[in-house]
Amino acid sequence: MNRILEAHLLAPDIKYFRVEAPKVARKRQAGQFVIVRVAEDGERIPLTIADSGDGWIALIVQGVGKTTTLLNRLEAGDHLLDLAGPLGVPSEIARFGTVVVVGGGVGTAIALPTAVAMKQAGNRVISIIGARSRPYVILEEELGATSDEVHPCSDDGSYGFAGFVTDKLAEVTAGETVDRVLAIGPIPMMAAVAEVTRPLGIPTIVSLNPIMVDGTGMCGGCRVRVGGESRFACVDGPEFDAQQVDFDLLAKRNTAYEAWEHFRRLESATS
Amino acid sequence: MTALTRRERLARRPVPMPERPPAERRVDFDEVNLGYSTELAVAEAERCLFCAHPPCVDGCPAGVDIYGFLAAIAAGDFLDAATTIAKDNSLPAICGRVCPQEVQCEGACVLAKKGKAIHIGHLERFAADYSRANGRSDEATTPLSSGRRVAVVGSGPSGLACATDLAKAGHEVTVFEALHVLGGVLSYGIPEFRLPKEIVAAEIAQLESLGVRFETNAVIGMLETIDELLTTGGYDAVFIGVGAGLPRFLGVSGEDLIGVYSANEFLTRVNLMKAYTATADTPVLDLYRKRVAVFGGGNTAMDSVRTALRLGAEEAAILYRRTEAEMPARDEEMEHAKAEGVEIVTLVSPKELLADNDSGRLGGVRLQRMELGEPDDSGRRRPQPIDGDTYDLAIDVAVIAVGNSPNPLLLRTTPGLDQTERGTLVIDPTTCRTSRPGVFAGGDIVTGGATVILAIGHGRRAAAAIDEWLAKGGYPKAQRL
Repeated sequence: MNRILEAHLLAPDIKYFRVEAPKVARKRQAGQFVIVRVAEDGERIPLTIADSGDGWIALIVQGVGKTTTLLNRLEAGDHLLDLAGPLGVPSEIARFGTVVVVGGGVGTAIALPTAVAMKQAGNRVISIIGARSRPYVILEEELGATSDEVHPCSDDGSYGFAGFVTDKLAEVTAGETVDRVLAIGPIPMMAAVAEVTRPLGIPTIVSLNPIMVDGTGMCGGCRVRVGGESRFACVDGPEFDAQQVDFDLLAKRNTAYEAWEHFRRLESATS
Repeated sequence: MTALTRRERLARRPVPMPERPPAERRVDFDEVNLGYSTELAVAEAERCLFCAHPPCVDGCPAGVDIYGFLAAIAAGDFLDAATTIAKDNSLPAICGRVCPQEVQCEGACVLAKKGKAIHIGHLERFAADYSRANGRSDEATTPLSSGRRVAVVGSGPSGLACATDLAKAGHEVTVFEALHVLGGVLSYGIPEFRLPKEIVAAEIAQLESLGVRFETNAVIGMLETIDELLTTGGYDAVFIGVGAGLPRFLGVSGEDLIGVYSANEFLTRVNLMKAYTATADTPVLDLYRKRVAVFGGGNTAMDSVRTALRLGAEEAAILYRRTEAEMPARDEEMEHAKAEGVEIVTLVSPKELLADNDSGRLGGVRLQRMELGEPDDSGRRRPQPIDGDTYDLAIDVAVIAVGNSPNPLLLRTTPGLDQTERGTLVIDPTTCRTSRPGVFAGGDIVTGGATVILAIGHGRRAAAAIDEWLAKGGYPKAQRL
């Protein structure tokens, strides 16, 4: 059981949690995740560690499925039933030069710790964060503190740059030399970023979100195809070379339980 | 001792295990075997010839005093029987249910040649269950504390066995488990209908009463390294029993289609995450009236195919590249599976998993017909493809049960551990010590995938060696690795 020390909304349905987890806090590195369970009979879900401090880690959660919805009802003083980690291979951090960090929606929260680490390693960091509209653009201040430039974007033009993060990215890469791109967000966004940087030859990293069960390499459910090879996101990733990832396959595999989820939603709506 | 003459004992028929009828059991997850009554147990134990040099004991990897416990059952001293077993095997209720007795104790029984081997496994289960229901005779007594601390990594059979013996020797033991549930393969792998989880929980509760501490959600290697356990963690020795981990796939195209599971994933969803219950939040693909093919011929394959039946599969088949004679599954699992309606297709090997149009979902499998050639390293005749002889089979879900590779999480962060080419740990067979001082290992991380009883044997041998290491700072009969 891990106590929640602080909880507040960052956006409608997106909540910030500071959770007591001293051992994980000591060990975790940028890019790693934890597996969380919130209810008896509940699923195990992976959540990227957004930040950490003395005795605590931060998790940022968007309520989309049953477990994340339940999680987002919790407040300070409540407990997470289970928390295991840190898991996954940490982000590769080095002095690359200029690094562009692209965050889409709640993906911005996953990108934040790597942006911080990239800045600490001496990189020039440009952050591009996007969402469908103004209230969903998150962590602008936090990324601002660690970036040389922050470009908020909104699909509907209600805030910052009007358009997709990929449009902004194309603008940035046209203006200066970019040595590395990290893109985290919805699958179509990550796939589009890979196509922007491919012709420019910019090494591009994405953090993938396949369906996981145990998160420790035991089940193989999170396998993704990278460079024609099958890799386990939980122990080989979650970060991979964007230009090698088969995003179509990932998108398809993530629909495996759509029907089940649909009927569960109907069931809980009518009960 | 029994009053029967040798002739009378030889004339008796083996007492079959009472089991639920196939039609009833194949639609739920309750245990298939019902267990002997006291009368049936006595009748079966009385058939024992009580050999002067009992070969069954040599056939048991844990060296259980089978002679002694059968004599106790025959005499009606059921709690004594349990005490006798407990001296050598700390998990008898589990072993009685899952050991491959036909190649161990029962295979060695002098009556085996006549097909009338004593049902030692059934009797072991009986004694353990009887003792659990009627007050254990070996009430936990807290031994004098040695003041030494041992970390056991993994709460599967080898870890539990190791922890038991170490606790009895007075050491302070903490068992670390990566998942949120204890038991390792006993919990996530072996289904409820073969090993009820309350049996596993009872064994673990017994260990807690011995003073063993358990920490779940502790992914050793990531949360803390072995080196940290041995230094800042304050542990004097470590036992690694982390199991086999990473599932192997077939290496054919189409394995990423929705509907293709590793056996680990399929069984974990159902057993650990309880996907078959209405309240569980973890789904498993809807198998109702579907066609399910399981690739492999071991116990995991049998567990998978019988689980598929229970989830409502219309057709559930084992597809195996050799013949039934080469299948490593326990005889009982094969018999149960067939009685429940599992189809066993042999001498076929998957060439390609086929998509259902462009849906990204599995629709079928292209199979290569095989024939048996010359024996290979394992002594089994090697299957080889019959040129050009392929056919397609429509299936909705495939489960791949062809074994595991060692999980990299722990070994990645533990320098200095000698490994085999396959990535398993190298140990000294007598002491289970690894190439690092104070670090011992056993179970599937060493064997690559074997049986519960072998893992228990490793755990117990390691415990004895750890005990000596802690007392003397050296290894018993130290052998060069």
